[in-house]
Amino acid sequence: MNLFHFIDAFFSDNAHWHGYDGIPTRLAEHLGYTLEALGLAVLIGLPVGLVTGHYGRGGNALSLIATAWRALPTFGLLVLLTLLYGFGLINVMVPLVVLAVPPILVTTYEAMRSVDPSPVDAARGMGMSEAGVLFQVELPAALPLVLSGIRSGAIQIVSTATIAAYVGLGGLGRFIIDGLYQRDYEKVVGGATLVAGMALATLAVFWAAGRFAVSPGVRRSG
Amino acid sequence: MNWDRLFDIPSDLQHSWLGLVGLHLREALLPVLAGLLVSLPLAQLCVRFRWLYPPVLWVTTILYAIPSLAFFVLLIDYTGQTELTVMIPLTVYSLVVLVPAIVDGVRSVPQETLAAATAMGLGPVRRYVQVQLPIAVPAIIAGLRVATVSSISLVSIGSIIGNQGALGNLINDANIYNRPELAVNAVLSMALLALLADGTLVVVRLVLTPWMPRRVTRARTSAKEV
Repeated sequence: MNLFHFIDAFFSDNAHWHGYDGIPTRLAEHLGYTLEALGLAVLIGLPVGLVTGHYGRGGNALSLIATAWRALPTFGLLVLLTLLYGFGLINVMVPLVVLAVPPILVTTYEAMRSVDPSPVDAARGMGMSEAGVLFQVELPAALPLVLSGIRSGAIQIVSTATIAAYVGLGGLGRFIIDGLYQRDYEKVVGGATLVAGMALATLAVFWAAGRFAVSPGVRRSG
Repeated sequence: MNWDRLFDIPSDLQHSWLGLVGLHLREALLPVLAGLLVSLPLAQLCVRFRWLYPPVLWVTTILYAIPSLAFFVLLIDYTGQTELTVMIPLTVYSLVVLVPAIVDGVRSVPQETLAAATAMGLGPVRRYVQVQLPIAVPAIIAGLRVATVSSISLVSIGSIIGNQGALGNLINDANIYNRPELAVNAVLSMALLALLADGTLVVVRLVLTPWMPRRVTRARTSAKEV
């Protein structure tokens, strides 16, 4: 009875592919949580990181905030919010956003700071506006690192969205948590495999996005 | 919320609050230490053989993508519902931060410094221990800070697999006994531990690098942090 046996048993059981507790439903829920949380985290982390990185101010304040946010345990926040405010999606979103903002924020800031200053000066000398410098010079050059920050955030969200099931919501964590309570090891392993697969798919998506979005010149020198 | 019972730890945890703190520190810090012991030689190999670095980065990134809960669960088959099941994944996760931090730190040592060390008659081992490693300390500590803080937070997930989460078990109890104050206690205690550990590492860096300027300088490698 090894791991692959369980994985095979889980995926070949037709009952796991249908209904509200089927793999497609749970996968879609998990993807939904992930996209929503990642969207919110990018909305918070990216602009702040870009602007502070562009002006080179507030780096120490940012790393303090990032450390403090990182220190908040995701699982604890989730249960605490659920106990205080009852059942709801917002209780999952807050911890996931708190989890993903620090890597996005700090990496974006560092990426902007590490852009070679001479092209930036040249752009300014040619009369580009501050926004032009930011979006047409600094951001394209910093894009590989910025993407790697968002990638870390995304992977952490995919991994951690499993705990939504602990407070009665859906997602792939459902299989793991239900399986643990039902002593159905096949289900647990199947769920874990699905989450790991989704995390790897996230890596692949970001790799492809990097190939597509990063300018060839930047890719060569990087 | 019953604030009077904030430190009234349920007896099923079989520990006092301080006991849980100790347990939590052990479960969170030993993996980081083990991660450091693994990544030091691994990073040195990556510095020595440049072609090795990209594949090592890929492997650590992919291992990091395995969700903690999934990782714990897969290990139960081999190590049971024990502390070890929580500590092995945390060790593996720390590599993704520590290896790049050490590699970048060691690589940042200027060529002239190395040449000077060689000219003074230092062999490769002494050069590594006395020159490269000390200069890489700020980068290594920057990596250790990220690894430690996230490790302290991740231990709590261990409570889902049979009460192996130290302070995280308080969260589980808060849920099943409907005592939110226990969750408050757990969140604040863990945040406090994380900030204290982070502060300790900053102090360690200041002690180890008396030659650095005293103002707050963040090591370059934090750009690569994950």
